[in-house]
Amino acid sequence: MHAYANPARFLSLAKPLTLWFLVVGVLLIAFGSGYGILAAPADRLMGDSVRILYIHVPTAWLSMGGWTSIAIASIIQIVWRHPLAAVAARAVAVPGALYTALALATGSIWARPTWGTWWVWDGRITSMLVLFFLYLAYIALANASSEKGGVSRVTAIFGIVGAVNIPIINRSVVWWNTLHQPASITAGGSSIDSAFLWPLLVNVIGFSLLFGAIVLMRMRAILAETKVEARLRRMAAE
Amino acid sequence: MNHWPFVIASYAIVLISTGMVVLWAYIAMRQSEKKAEQLSKKK
Repeated sequence: MHAYANPARFLSLAKPLTLWFLVVGVLLIAFGSGYGILAAPADRLMGDSVRILYIHVPTAWLSMGGWTSIAIASIIQIVWRHPLAAVAARAVAVPGALYTALALATGSIWARPTWGTWWVWDGRITSMLVLFFLYLAYIALANASSEKGGVSRVTAIFGIVGAVNIPIINRSVVWWNTLHQPASITAGGSSIDSAFLWPLLVNVIGFSLLFGAIVLMRMRAILAETKVEARLRRMAAE
Repeated sequence: MNHWPFVIASYAIVLISTGMVVLWAYIAMRQSEKKAEQLSKKK
């Protein structure tokens, strides 16, 4: 891990990986989404609105995965003082917030024909809304207290404490009465028919790779900005 | 109820937003890296 603490070494890996993630991600999303709209079967109960599954689940996955990444990067920053951990956490924040908003939006759109309502204050949806607010607060904290491109210890601690919401979101459909369906894919297996499962997995992998590309681009931008600031400071001092 | 307007709206929102965030991240990265390159060439 510390082998890539050197930004130059990290960038030598990040540059080819960015393009690879972008191209493969876009291709998988194009295939998964195209199949979801045009070829996937309709559901017996939900009808054609089940096609929103192939978009809604990846966005929800990324929203929770994004905050989990922030929490892990924050722990690495505080415990091991890895210089790129703080940069990584900051890079995840904006795309993570975006995908949380998209998960809420697509969930709301799917809820209308399925549940007969755009919104309900149940455990799953409310905890996802809380996650969105946590992202916004994290972004505000990170922007107010950035240090050498990364985030301050206070922001890192916020990232770790906020992770308590992730298992709450996950378990919300078990703990409380909810309109949201319970988990279909668990460690023990899947209750989804393969006709729905494989295009869903294609889209989840595609969106994850694209998210990785976005985070790498954000990290490269932050590292370049830090380099520019340091150079300008040195030039001003001379 | 016809579900297709809901399906199309969902896909449109996600795919357009994804495209925009990729473009934003790419443009910001290119601008920052270009500025860093130009500064490193200055003595």
